[in-house]
Amino acid sequence: MTDNVSLVIVSHSGDVARGAADMVREMVGEEINVAHCGGNADGGLGTDVAAIMAAIKSVYTQKGVAILVDLGGAETNSEMAIEMLPDGFADHIVICNAPIVEGAVMAGTEAAGGSSLTAVQETAEETSL
Amino acid sequence: MTQEFIKKIIEASAATIAEHAEELTDLDRAIGDGDHGINMKRGFTEILNISDDISALPFGKALAKAGMTLVMKIGGASGPLFGSFLMAAAKAVDDVPSNRDEMLKLLDGGIEAVKMRGKSDVGAKTMLDVLAPVSDALRAADADLINVARKAAAEALENTRDMLATKGRASFLGERSIGHIDPGARSVVLLINAVCDVLETA
Repeated sequence: MTDNVSLVIVSHSGDVARGAADMVREMVGEEINVAHCGGNADGGLGTDVAAIMAAIKSVYTQKGVAILVDLGGAETNSEMAIEMLPDGFADHIVICNAPIVEGAVMAGTEAAGGSSLTAVQETAEETSL
Repeated sequence: MTQEFIKKIIEASAATIAEHAEELTDLDRAIGDGDHGINMKRGFTEILNISDDISALPFGKALAKAGMTLVMKIGGASGPLFGSFLMAAAKAVDDVPSNRDEMLKLLDGGIEAVKMRGKSDVGAKTMLDVLAPVSDALRAADADLINVARKAAAEALENTRDMLATKGRASFLGERSIGHIDPGARSVVLLINAVCDVLETA
């Protein structure tokens, strides 16, 4: 749909993930692809490596994918998911060290302008300074 | 033989995790987010559910499949941490370790993977603070390896009580993390004891 960096939002809560993705779409628009996932494999609070892999694949582009996470397990499980994707994917995926909602909106804004993955990550991470 | 051994290890591990799930959750509630017990139980219950498939595999592949199951099922950071331990251990050995050096290869392969996955090391009040001392104690021991492992694990766990957490959720608490044993370290002790129980009856 676009040739911009995509976003993946990974929260322990499906509601938080969906809400953050909604905010990005509302504030940034449809110029970027945003995927989201939250909850463990049983539907409780947590994160699910398989769901994270599927979310990444659903919006993957060689331009890059920026992942926003909430708490520790979301980060560790996202790192695991990235490693388990086919060879070559990992070079185009970063996890942003940023608050999930603010980071997602800032990353989305940067990505919508056609910026590189590095620029998108830097902009997201400015929100944690 | 191997098949039966793998099955016994799975059953003993799943049983002890299920039995202590509440205790693990209580420990985690004190310094983490209170999901460690239920997450570990979810992972090990799934391993138990597919124990026929896992135990039909050669030992190394069985470790890898068990590790992957934890990664996919646990739903918290302990999934990739315990899962990576088993997946790396699987790369270190093909068959059931038959002597101390092979056991150490398995253990140390797993320990390195946990350090990398958790970007952590010994002394940060984590599962590594049981795994590494047990490895050291086994390396230094001449005989009675099962009791050496049990004793080292129990002592190491108690030593996590006074540690300051610098990794994981407990690190948010800073000084307040002192005075509680680490839930991940407690899980490692339970699993080591489960493996020792099986080895003793083998």
